[in-house]
This record gives sequence, C-alpha cells and structure tokens, in this order.
Amino acid sequence: MSKSTLGGKGRIVGGAVLILLFLFPLFLPRFYIYLVSIILLTGLLATSLNLPLGYGGIFQFHHAVFYGVGAYGAALMITKSGLSPWIGFVVGPLTAAFLSLIMGFICIRLSKLYFGMLQISLGSLVWIIVYRWYSFTGGDNGIHGIPVPDVISSQNSAYYFTLLVTLVSLWALHKIINSPFGSTLQGIRDNPVRSAMIGINVKLHQLVVLVIAGFFAGVAGSLFIVVDTAVFPDMLFWIFSLEVLIMCLLGGWFTFLGPMLGAAIIICMRTFVSGFTDYWTLPLGILMILVIFFLPNGILGYIEEKLHGTLVEQTVKE
Amino acid sequence: MDLIYAILSPKLMSQIFVGLSRTVILFIVASGLSLILGVLRIPNIWHGSLYMVGAFMMFTISGAFGGGSVGFWMALILAPLGVAFVSLIAERSFFQHLYEREHIMLLLLTFAFSLVFGDLVKMVWGMEYKSVPVPQIFQGSVHLFGGLPFPLYNVFLLAIGPIVAVALWLIVNKTKIGKISRAAAVDREMVGAVGINVSWVFAFVFIIGCLLAGLGGALVAPTVNVSLGMDQTLIMEAFLIVIIGGLGNIWGALLGALIFGLAQSLGILIWPQFGIVFPYAAVTIVLLLRPTGLLKSTW
Repeated sequence: MSKSTLGGKGRIVGGAVLILLFLFPLFLPRFYIYLVSIILLTGLLATSLNLPLGYGGIFQFHHAVFYGVGAYGAALMITKSGLSPWIGFVVGPLTAAFLSLIMGFICIRLSKLYFGMLQISLGSLVWIIVYRWYSFTGGDNGIHGIPVPDVISSQNSAYYFTLLVTLVSLWALHKIINSPFGSTLQGIRDNPVRSAMIGINVKLHQLVVLVIAGFFAGVAGSLFIVVDTAVFPDMLFWIFSLEVLIMCLLGGWFTFLGPMLGAAIIICMRTFVSGFTDYWTLPLGILMILVIFFLPNGILGYIEEKLHGTLVEQTVKE
Repeated sequence: MDLIYAILSPKLMSQIFVGLSRTVILFIVASGLSLILGVLRIPNIWHGSLYMVGAFMMFTISGAFGGGSVGFWMALILAPLGVAFVSLIAERSFFQHLYEREHIMLLLLTFAFSLVFGDLVKMVWGMEYKSVPVPQIFQGSVHLFGGLPFPLYNVFLLAIGPIVAVALWLIVNKTKIGKISRAAAVDREMVGAVGINVSWVFAFVFIIGCLLAGLGGALVAPTVNVSLGMDQTLIMEAFLIVIIGGLGNIWGALLGALIFGLAQSLGILIWPQFGIVFPYAAVTIVLLLRPTGLLKSTW
C-alpha cells in the first residue's frame, strides 16, 4: 500500500499502521477485533465507491446495492448450492460485478444527477425484491449462521483473512488508479467533452470503472459474511449508500486512503456514541454539517493541503 | 362481458380509490420536493424528515386542542406552518451559503440534516407510535358502486389533492414571486442583475416546498401510525416520482404520483407478496423509455 501522496513521513506512518494491524489480535479484546474487521471491509467498500465517485466523477448514489448483492450472492451460493464456501466467495463479487454491468449499461447514457437517480430507482427495485422474497432471500430477516470454511472460522483467522483480502484489494485499486486507465478516468472527470474529442470512449471507460467498483463492493460484501456470518436487507438500503458516501466525504474523496479513514471514524463513532446514548445520528449529522462547511475536501484532503500548500485542483465538476 | 365485469369489480374500484388517496399524499410531498429541486437545484433528502415532523406536530397540536374537530383543523393549519418556520431557519442559517456548491454536497448536507432531525424527533416525541384521531365529520365511510366501504377521510384527501395542485399552479404561474422564481430557476444571475434579491426568492421557494412536506405529513397522520422512520421510504418514493415526472414540473409530480400510487395499490391486488415491487418496476420502465422524465423538466 503506497502512501506516495503523503511523502516520506506518510510512508513511516503507513508502515506503523500496517504492523499494528497485523499485531492487533495479540493484544486487543475480541470485540475490538470484530470492530476493526468491520472497519476494514467497510473501508474497502468506501474506497471502491471512491473510484467512480472521486476519481471518475460519476454520481454513484447507490453503491450499497453491489455490496449487498455481493454478500447475498455469496450467502445464497454457500447455503443453497452445497458447494464449497470458497466458490461462494468467488461468486459473490462476480454477481455484484455482473449487476453493476447491467445497471451501468442502463444508467450510463444519463449523466450526473439523473444517473444517480436512475441508479437509486434500479437499486431500490433490487432491494425490495430481496426484502420481500422470503422463500429465497429470507426477506427482512436475512440469512443467519452462514457456514464459512474452517480455516477462517475462528475470529482471529477471520480477521487476518479480512485484512489480507482488504490489503490486496486496496493494492489493486491503487494500481488501477495510477495506471493509464486511471489517468484517463480522471481526465474524463475533469473534462468529458475534451476527453471524447481526443478519441477516448468516455462511456466505455465509465462502464468499466463501474464494473470494477461493483466487483470490489462485492468483495467487501463477501468479507462481511466471513466476519459476521449473516446478511440482511439493510445492507442494500439506500440509507447505507449515503452513509458510505459520507465516509468518502469525511475522509476526503480526492485522496486514496480518505474513504478508509472516514469509515473508521464513522464506525467508531457509531459504536462508542451509541454505547452511552440512543442518539448517535445527531452527532454524526452535526459532524457532517461541519465538514461540509469547513473541510469540503475531507480530513486527509485538508492534511494534504497543509503539507503541500495547495491541494492539486481537483473538484467534482458540475 | 366478463372483461367489463372485471373492470367494474368493486374490489378493483375500491383499490383504485385507495391508490388515488395515496396519490394525493405522494403528490403533495413530491410537488414540494420538485419545486425545490427545480428552482434551487437541491436534492433535498431532509424533505422526508419534514414530512415526519409535520405528522408529529399534527399529533401534538391536535392533542393540545383536545383532539376533536377543532384540534384537527388547527393542527392542519399550524403543523405545516411550524414546519415552514423550521425550514426558514435552516435555509437562512445553512442552505443559503451553499447554493453554488456541487449537487452531491447539497445532497449530503440535506442528508446530514435528516440525520440530525431523525434524532431530534426521537428526543422530542419518543420512540412509540402515535396515532391521530380522524375528526368527527370524517368518521365512517361511504359506499362505492359495488357496495365496498371507502373511508370518508380518504374522500377528503381526494378533494384536497386538486386544491393543492391548483393553488400551487396559481402561485408559481400567476403571482409575481412565482414568476420571478421560475426565472431564477433558468438564470439566477440575470434575475439578480435586474435588481431582484434572489436570495429571498430562493428562501420563499424553499419554505413553500417544505410547507408542502409538512402538509403531506399532517394529512397522512390520521391514516397511519405516526412513527420514527416513516420518512425513509417516503422520501425515496417522492424522489422517484419527481424524477419520472420531470424535475421541477408540478404536473409531472402529479403524473408521477398517479403512476406510483396506482401501481402500488393495484400491485397489491395482483400479487400480494410482491405488490410493493410494482411501483419501483413502473418507475424503472418509465425511466428506461424516457430517461429524463415524462414531462418537460425545468433544468
């Protein structure tokens, strides 16, 4: 995981964080291991959203659908087919990628807000089917007690599995962003008309990026089964999509690790604030209002701005 | 003959009337959303919370006046006004500073507001269901053609819908401030350049839109359990209605609400378990055929 954006100091911090992540199971209590696992996979989900959103400038409003469908795809494959659970973990992300391809194909001819709205409507259709199809998806109860392979069934091994898959996925996403494809993508974000003029197939690039993002959202969804051994329809409700969007904004959506940081902050907040009061969305909402007014580039974006004087001019264009 | 009988079957007719009264609520909320989206370009997720606040205010105010007919009518007037007042404060202190920002920022800002208000409603009114009594004059039901009963309150809703639609049309098309707001939707700089205070025009439009959300909540209160979370599905439905109708188009909101409301009620008749899927499927089909909505959008 490169921290090239933050320079030498960032590399040291990043290395220290990595070592800590690998050592956590040695000294952290069970509950915190679970918490860190959830943060990792949700952070992966937010990072995968940031690919089309921050780098592609696509209004991916309903990303949680791919997360949920990835989780349900894996869960149904494991519980209904009787094949090895490992096959389920492959099928989950592929289902999400396939759904992303279909939905992307339908939505991609629209732009900006209309794209996001059509995606929300298609995503709600998927959600409502999952929510009501009791005989197949378990309806609003979801599916519980999904068997996972013995190797990763203990909490520590589940944690290491999640950590490894997350790191590999982040590495792959980082590679994609820094590849020629990623540069083209950012070019399309900043000026779609000019990109089209110099011969780039704008729609095709956007479609590919949506499929990639859908795939990694599905990976995050499958990881959720490893950690929690359950799936439920709230995973693909639109409220959760917006929470993931908030994670991207809070951490900084023009930075690679921003969404991961945002996920960590929001999940910790939810866990600890709701520990001593029923009201946790109130502080979250207030935090968001403050961020929107004072830190529009997010926390990491702000730090980068301070380190480099100015943030490289990157804004989601109208 | 069979076909005619099937069409006129009392069950179907009553289901259509149920769908139409749902349409009225959806239309009132969606038209406010559409107005805000069309003129101010804010995808206002907070709208759903205001609908919820309107319903809870209806409960409190009608209770404060003794819960009878007087309470109902007072609450029906005061609850939307209360919501409008809350929105005025929010608009002047927060939203007006962000009109030039990207849509996605505005979307998240309104979502942040809905998070805050979700908890505020929980603090003020608690977690329990609240129910608002139907006033004396609307208790009981009328009998439709086939003899199936249809609640009088729903008849009242069916009468309110057209009144709101016409009033809104008059405000937007016939009053001076309505005309200014339509002009500002097209070119806000030009409107500012001829010496009009665009900021207050926007505030006016925002308040009218939020007032409609409160009115929708107040009207729906006697027919449902007023509860936390009632905003979450409704705001989604309202957004879809606005999109299929055409952004900012009031008649589009009416058409969208009709499609959504009828698909919902008829879907339940056709396939009870998946009835709720039908409106979403209808929306998807409309958007596949006409991606920018059925009627002309103001964007």
